[in-house]
Amino acid sequence: MAYEVNGATIEHDEEGYITTLSEWSKELADIIAAAESVDMGEEHWAVVNFLRDYYEEYQIAPAVRVLIKSIKKSMGPEVGNNKYMYELFPYGPAKQACKIAGLPKPTGCV
Amino acid sequence: MGTLHTVNKSPFQNQTLLSCLAHVKDGDAVLMIEDGVYGATTGTAVSDALAKISADVSLYVLGPDLAARGIDAGRIAEAVNSVDYEGFVDLAATHDRVHNWL
Amino acid sequence: MSETIKKFLYVNRKAPYGTIYAQESLEVVLIGAAFDQDVSLAFLDDGVFQLTKGQNTKEIGLKNFSATYRALGDYEVTKLYVEKESLEERGLTLDDLQNIEYEDEDDDYAEKPSIRLVTRAEMADVMADQDVVLSF
Repeated sequence: MAYEVNGATIEHDEEGYITTLSEWSKELADIIAAAESVDMGEEHWAVVNFLRDYYEEYQIAPAVRVLIKSIKKSMGPEVGNNKYMYELFPYGPAKQACKIAGLPKPTGCV
Repeated sequence: MGTLHTVNKSPFQNQTLLSCLAHVKDGDAVLMIEDGVYGATTGTAVSDALAKISADVSLYVLGPDLAARGIDAGRIAEAVNSVDYEGFVDLAATHDRVHNWL
Repeated sequence: MSETIKKFLYVNRKAPYGTIYAQESLEVVLIGAAFDQDVSLAFLDDGVFQLTKGQNTKEIGLKNFSATYRALGDYEVTKLYVEKESLEERGLTLDDLQNIEYEDEDDDYAEKPSIRLVTRAEMADVMADQDVVLSF
């Protein structure tokens, strides 16, 4: 199973998470998001960028409550709350946003 | 009633038994299982450490693991009591917590 | 979920990359953190090697999970007990370990150290004070 980006083939697992993290690009993110029916706006990107920074620093994708707590601290309570985050990513802010961000499924998610 | 510590590695392969003995409290119990049972015999490099601590800590060894390794009951140090699986369960049930050293 | 908060201690006694124990332990800690228990980590014997700074796994093809210890504060895991004698036996001091901090929400997010240096006798006290001890 694979995504096609500008002629390149990027492998993903049965749930849509890419298998080689270094193959991620913003164009790929848009393609994954489209497959997930997520229309990427500024706040979606803020979350995706946050996740990528978090992974870069700590080598893990944060659990959803850690993500929301951190977003609340950096972007304020209007964005950093459960309800709004699920509006941005209806299938789960950690799971779905991680997929778009090209990261593995967060630790602790089944 | 204290902690039941289990040790499943040979004391001649690594430091787990000695580290366990360095962290037990008076009234705890130490049960040697699997390859840990090699530590229960007399005349070894760890015999003195076990004999010394036996004043404050109860020492046990799992009989079926001794038998599996052909270790005769006569070679077990005096301070060490042999228990069967039922005895293992009783020890786990009568202590506040079990710490399985790996 | 039970309302009773239990004290969980994860005991780490193995060096990081030679076996899978260290990484498995960390993974269990991160997953277990969702259950709102009172979690502590103990590092003794070769387990103190897990926390050393400057780890670089690029050429051995394994993930450098040492960075993940610094995320534990986000998971409200803020008590990392490190045994003094274990460090000394290995020629290490606290300066050889990573700086691991957590933000104290009750104190205006002040950054506080998570690592607590304890003697072997104090480590025995920490172990005896738990409801559940999980060793790796």
